[in-house]
Amino acid sequence: MIQMGEFKVHRVRFFDYMPSAIRSMAFNSHTERLAVARADGAVEIFNFADNYFQEKVIAGRDGRSIEALCWVGRRLFSAGLEGEITEYDLENLRPRYSIEAYGGPIWTISSNSQGTLLAAGCEDGTVKMFEVLEDRIQFQTNLSRQKGRIISLSWHPSGAQIAAGMMDMIKIFDSETGQATHRLLVDRGVGTSKSREVVVWSVAFLNDHTIISGDSAGKVQIWDGLTGTLIRTHLVTKWDVLVLAVSQDESSVIAGTSEGTVVQFQFLPSTVGQQDKLWVQTRTFKNHSHDVRALVHTDTAVVSGGMDTQLVVRPLLDKVEKNTQESALHKIAFPHRNLVSCAKKAGLLLFQFPDHLELWRLGESDRNGTPGESLPVKRKPEKLIQLKIKGEDHICCSALSPCGSWLAYATVAAVRLYRLQLSSSNVSIQKVSKLPRELKSVHQLCFSSDSCRLFASSSFSSVVVVALDQTDCKYLHTLKHKSGSKQPIHILSPSEDGQWLATANTDCEIHVFNLRKMKLHCSVPAYSSCPTAVSIHPTSGNLVSVHADQQIFEFSLKQKEYSVWSRQLQRQGLHPLWLQRDTPVTQITFNPNNPAHIMLHDVFMFCIIDQSLPLPEAKSKLYNQRILQSLPEPQRLRESHAFKACKNFQHLLSVNLLEDLSLVVVERPLVDIVCQLPAPVRQKLFAT
Amino acid sequence: MAALCEGYTLCGLVPAVNRRSSEIKGIEEERDSDHVIVTDSSRSVTLYKVSDQKPLGSWTVKQGQLLTCAAVFNKQTNEYVAVSDNKVIRIWKEDDIILDKAFKATVSADVQSVHCAHGAEPAVLFQRGAVRLLDSLLSAPQQPVEEVLVQDEAIRWSTSIVTDTQQLVIFTTELKGDHFLYLQRLKPNSVQKYRLEPEGPGLSPLSFWASYRDKNICLLYLYPNGHVYQSLVSVRAPEADDGAQVVSLPRDQLLSLPVGKELLEAASAIFLDDAHIAVVGVPHPSAGPGKDFLCIWNTNFQTLQAAKEMAGKLYGQLWSFSSKLFIPHGKALSVIPFACPRSSLASALGKLKQVKTEESKTSTVVPSWNTILHGEEAAAPKPVEARKTRTTRKMQSSLSLTIDQVQDLIKMASVEEVEKEVQGLLSRQDPNDPQLSLGQLAMALVSRSLADPKFYSSRALTQLVPTRCLSHSVCPDLLPLALEKRDYFLCQLCLLFFHDIPEAVTCACLKAFLSLSDLDAEKLSLEPDSVSFMEMLLSNEHAQTGLQNGFSPTFCEEDRTDAVDNPKAKAKEKKKASPQQTCPVGKHKAALINEILQTAYSEALLLPHLKDFSSDQVVLFLRYLEFLYLRYSTDGSSQTHGYRSPSLNQVMDWVCMLLDAHFTVLVMSPVAIDLLLNLQSFVKSQVRLFSELGKIEGSLQELSKMKMKNDVGQYSIEVMELY
Repeated sequence: MIQMGEFKVHRVRFFDYMPSAIRSMAFNSHTERLAVARADGAVEIFNFADNYFQEKVIAGRDGRSIEALCWVGRRLFSAGLEGEITEYDLENLRPRYSIEAYGGPIWTISSNSQGTLLAAGCEDGTVKMFEVLEDRIQFQTNLSRQKGRIISLSWHPSGAQIAAGMMDMIKIFDSETGQATHRLLVDRGVGTSKSREVVVWSVAFLNDHTIISGDSAGKVQIWDGLTGTLIRTHLVTKWDVLVLAVSQDESSVIAGTSEGTVVQFQFLPSTVGQQDKLWVQTRTFKNHSHDVRALVHTDTAVVSGGMDTQLVVRPLLDKVEKNTQESALHKIAFPHRNLVSCAKKAGLLLFQFPDHLELWRLGESDRNGTPGESLPVKRKPEKLIQLKIKGEDHICCSALSPCGSWLAYATVAAVRLYRLQLSSSNVSIQKVSKLPRELKSVHQLCFSSDSCRLFASSSFSSVVVVALDQTDCKYLHTLKHKSGSKQPIHILSPSEDGQWLATANTDCEIHVFNLRKMKLHCSVPAYSSCPTAVSIHPTSGNLVSVHADQQIFEFSLKQKEYSVWSRQLQRQGLHPLWLQRDTPVTQITFNPNNPAHIMLHDVFMFCIIDQSLPLPEAKSKLYNQRILQSLPEPQRLRESHAFKACKNFQHLLSVNLLEDLSLVVVERPLVDIVCQLPAPVRQKLFAT
Repeated sequence: MAALCEGYTLCGLVPAVNRRSSEIKGIEEERDSDHVIVTDSSRSVTLYKVSDQKPLGSWTVKQGQLLTCAAVFNKQTNEYVAVSDNKVIRIWKEDDIILDKAFKATVSADVQSVHCAHGAEPAVLFQRGAVRLLDSLLSAPQQPVEEVLVQDEAIRWSTSIVTDTQQLVIFTTELKGDHFLYLQRLKPNSVQKYRLEPEGPGLSPLSFWASYRDKNICLLYLYPNGHVYQSLVSVRAPEADDGAQVVSLPRDQLLSLPVGKELLEAASAIFLDDAHIAVVGVPHPSAGPGKDFLCIWNTNFQTLQAAKEMAGKLYGQLWSFSSKLFIPHGKALSVIPFACPRSSLASALGKLKQVKTEESKTSTVVPSWNTILHGEEAAAPKPVEARKTRTTRKMQSSLSLTIDQVQDLIKMASVEEVEKEVQGLLSRQDPNDPQLSLGQLAMALVSRSLADPKFYSSRALTQLVPTRCLSHSVCPDLLPLALEKRDYFLCQLCLLFFHDIPEAVTCACLKAFLSLSDLDAEKLSLEPDSVSFMEMLLSNEHAQTGLQNGFSPTFCEEDRTDAVDNPKAKAKEKKKASPQQTCPVGKHKAALINEILQTAYSEALLLPHLKDFSSDQVVLFLRYLEFLYLRYSTDGSSQTHGYRSPSLNQVMDWVCMLLDAHFTVLVMSPVAIDLLLNLQSFVKSQVRLFSELGKIEGSLQELSKMKMKNDVGQYSIEVMELY
């Protein structure tokens, strides 16, 4: 008999999840949303007002390469080397439309501060102006065509001028007439790079007509935009300065380099108390191992991303209160959603990659052991299926039925459902050809626990319910709530008994539908932070939700109110260390053997909350497993509290409880990701 | 450990019948350390080459004239300076044959002495305390000389010292029982006067000695009661205003030499180095009174380091030039070379004494070194001290038999009686100060045994030795006696508990142990721990199959065949390639030898004695050492048991010394060649092993740095428990 807290753990490290490099970022300071474009064409939206939660992911597409992102109001535009400007539908998580600019590859787009015009810098040397209309953009005019590509653009805040970084020079255009008014020649690098053109990777046009440029010779240069003269040159790296970002008050500029450093410049008086100010190089941050390709300067932090795929939020310590959660460095290396589906009954794992799916059968061991022991593996895990997608669109979601006989995935274009037949020797996969028309524009898929229903979140926060049987699938119903929110549903969670379906959307709403009656049962009172994981308890019927701010709620579906335990938790408050964790809980499961146990995990820990035990006091130790281990049994009972956190497994992507009560832990160690990155630029280290 | 070497006679002396001092007025170093000039109290000055023991030249003043101070040699001008009839300064060179024809100058006041410190200008000290440099004095010989000393104050001793900046003349005076030290600085002249602390009524210092050390003048003086004091005087000139005052001179007692019941008459003490003094005219602590010894004492540990009995009457005169002592005794002036290696606490206690012995030692009754060095009872190994004995007697008068009574008993009674009483005494011994009385007791036992061949009480002695109150310097005849009586158990105990056994005695023991037959050795009852260690080592010998640290005979073989090309030789070599793995001596004998291996020694002093060994003994010993070395190297657990045993380092040291001492003999001996080859190949394999180990050390370190996580792999099934 397995003891209370003892588990057999399948420790899985063969999920070769590889995030894609960050190519571009844009920050909307009104909505505090950061848009991040990755090399595979995916766009992610992070909510900086809600613990940097990754709210939305728009899947990429083969061949789409985003070079620039730009917010115009709440609308998000991107442009890339395929020569199109794309606007995204952030409610349906798909590109809304794309417009060919007819200027060859587009290197950059930039909107004026009024949000009326969008300028795109093209390979053919033109700067193309697009008018931003209500529901689309329309080509307006070309600025005078130059020789050489337009690499970077920056509007003067007045909108009257626009600076363009090119090869070996910067041009200043009058946006009214379209004529170039100034030509600023940028020096090439010294030595061998003298013969190579210098690329002005980034320009910034400030309100006082100062132009700041960063180039491939490693220089950050300050220009006077009125006279077109060079004021100052800062050589910050031997390699490229790839990106610049300006703070909103224009007192600080940051530059990202190929060395992985971010260099800050500040506009400061040269001597204390004097009026005349200079751009002074002040700080250097090194949070990346590779190129920093994208930078955002928020009011309080430097946000950087690049080749090493991690999004780093580095608070500026003079702008935030010290030693608070706000002053902590954030590194976001893993998605805030599940890429792993687990068939509990069949012992199967489905891994979601951008362009394919992998189905694995777990290994087996016929032995039992003592805690801490590694058991001999009798049967090794086995990759059963690698399913390559059809078409160019990447997978946005996937699901595996608990019995392991159904597999479904969705792209922005289509949903596909497969029937699997697995015997010990034979694997067959059969596509279900006729799917109901209602299954389209899906951003989340989920099977019921008896594998007879497929739930798909669709546009306007609706859920399509499809019935599955041996041969075909049949549309049953579309579940809708009446709150009026059009935000996409990112969590679908059916109850074990098939009676309830809980949904959560990025408007922070949680709705519970009665599947027997196919209608809304209730809505959980809205909480300000977005739910990151929602699950319904199999026996008590309580809904447990964990939010981006790490709060935990338990809502009784029968009484339609927060449970006693939840209220007690809110009264007492969560442990400070719990609240300081910087990755969201992405999964909640329950232990059928012990109804008091709630199992949840984030990237760095796996935790069982025992509702029968007292909650940890703020001054007590939260991570007390080591101590408890060393204590004798009776004292252990006295010392233990409700949060039993295990940090043995790191960089957790998924934790599931199989039907035989063994745990499946999917880890993706960060070092494994780092060692798959290309080599960083060579740097002379001492004594090498 | 310091040692006195065999001496030789430099010249004969006319025995002085009724004089307390010899006819030698002074000995001074000449051009180098091998030449001295000896001034005798009559009329002549003689130059000797010391190593040749022969005079090179001699100069005599005319009949009726008298040399009144020791001649000195001025190295700057290669001239000799002497004073005759107190007032006539005579200067001559080596070429001058007749002294009367050489330069003479008469000065206006009586001269006490002439000093010419190493490389400095000669200085003349007048009897009334004035000091003149010779040159300035000779420029106007009749210049008036002031009187520094008061009426009745007389100079007792004087010397001159050159520091790096200054030349000083130091002399002591006596005035009505008070003693003063004068420090006369030359160029610029200044004088400083110190009063010596009075030692006791009627006691005046017997001898003085001054040396320059660490910018201080270190004055050593000996009183008739055997107390040796040291005073430090700074050479820096004092403040101008207090130059005239008489300052009391602080003193440290360095030693309290055992003098017996009588006060010393003629004795002197001189510094040999920082830690050693040579004393002449003081009785040996364990020899009876009336015998004259030259002793070297270590002042740091207050131990007697070496002693030599001098034939004939000692005059309490002693000089030392560059590791040779010059001592007039009887009818001769002898030169005795000495060695004073720097001694450390470790060597005083025993080199490489194992820590566990030290630990157990702290619980015993021996007073700690701290109290010995700094406490009130400053002189620890003073075996005879009258006052002390009286007090002990008073204290113990109520007990059945006092030490003195037992001592008296030892002189007469039978072995059984003595043993009974000694045991009784030990059982009620006052643990606070046992050292003194037990030393006397042991000495009494030893001298009785020496005197009366029938008397030998092994039991009493074996009870006394483990009290840790004895040491070899206290009772130097004990171990030789035990050797002579073939009492090897006592020898073992002595080796175990004495930390100051001279190397010669150690070697004598080793020799005796090696020549002991195994049959005889098996009958001995020895210290059980040492025997059980050997038993363990020998039992492992047979059980041993797998070699732990990579040495294998085949490996060794390969090494050998690399070197030997001749196939015949190869085959021959292979037959006996297996290294010595059987113990060449029995376990009892081995236990005794182990004891030797663990004693303290100084290599330089041990080597000459090691050379006396016969080649058979050397080969046997070497084979045993090789056996130990192989055992230790192949069996890591040999040294991790709780027994007291020689360490691998000690074994290696002895192997090295033995090879150093007998290499030529060993190379010639056919028996030893195989042994040496074995040893060489084993050492080679060890060196190779360690160099390989060194190579993998880095990789192993890297491995230990790596996290356990790397072992997890792609997939594992583990068991986890949450509490």
